Amino acid sequence: MLLRYRAREGMLAWAFHRISGVAIWLFVVIHVVDIYLVGGDPKAYNTLLQVYSSTPGRIVEVLLGAALLYHALNGLRILIIDLWPVMTVYHRALWYASWVIFVVVGIPGAVIILRPVIGPALGIGA
Amino acid sequence: MVTIDPRTAGRSRPQGSGFELFVWYLMRITGVLLFVLALAHFSIMHFVFDPSQENASWIAARWGSLAWRVFDWTLLMMVLFHSFMGVRTVIGDYVRGARARLLTMSTLYVVAVVLFVAGTAVVLTLPVVA
Repeated sequence: MLLRYRAREGMLAWAFHRISGVAIWLFVVIHVVDIYLVGGDPKAYNTLLQVYSSTPGRIVEVLLGAALLYHALNGLRILIIDLWPVMTVYHRALWYASWVIFVVVGIPGAVIILRPVIGPALGIGA
Repeated sequence: MVTIDPRTAGRSRPQGSGFELFVWYLMRITGVLLFVLALAHFSIMHFVFDPSQENASWIAARWGSLAWRVFDWTLLMMVLFHSFMGVRTVIGDYVRGARARLLTMSTLYVVAVVLFVAGTAVVLTLPVVA
């Protein structure tokens, strides 16, 4: 769909917002159920947390963090345009600015989450 | 005069003063609160601490503080409203036919109520550890 419509910034921003939003919703459903287990079945919760701190778990958490950060930054962009319609003129600049923040905040964040995985390989310890 | 292209940002504000306008405003208000609450929650759980240390007793100790219970319940309320109303918009855009829409929307609201009850129950009832 995105390729067929020769999507430009505005449409890509919208599509990514929707995809990241649905992904975060899916995680919220899982996450409320797993937190319920803290009271309902603590042993099951502890087992699940071992999955969260495993290598595949950490990769999914980086993707979740990326979805959350993109959705938050683009949401702020939507709000700026809603509150201050003149900013519609600069909607592309705002989108690119959100990507700059995304990279500057997201890369160190991903490194922190993946440190137990990539740390030993780089010789910086876990 | 600046013309506003509705495709360039979020959903355009609904006309009138009904339920849809109310939801439109609440999506923005909860969105701003989530910008702070959800990003803070993710940072605390993944940057300040690490999932390898977060077991059930760690959470029970954290919830020994009433402030963290209030923080987490507030985050839960904001995220349930924002995410389920967001998915409601997505269903409205893609699910065609009265029967299919009734079924998906009903399922969505039932799941939302179940999560509201389960999440609130665990925040209220998890015993305080000394």
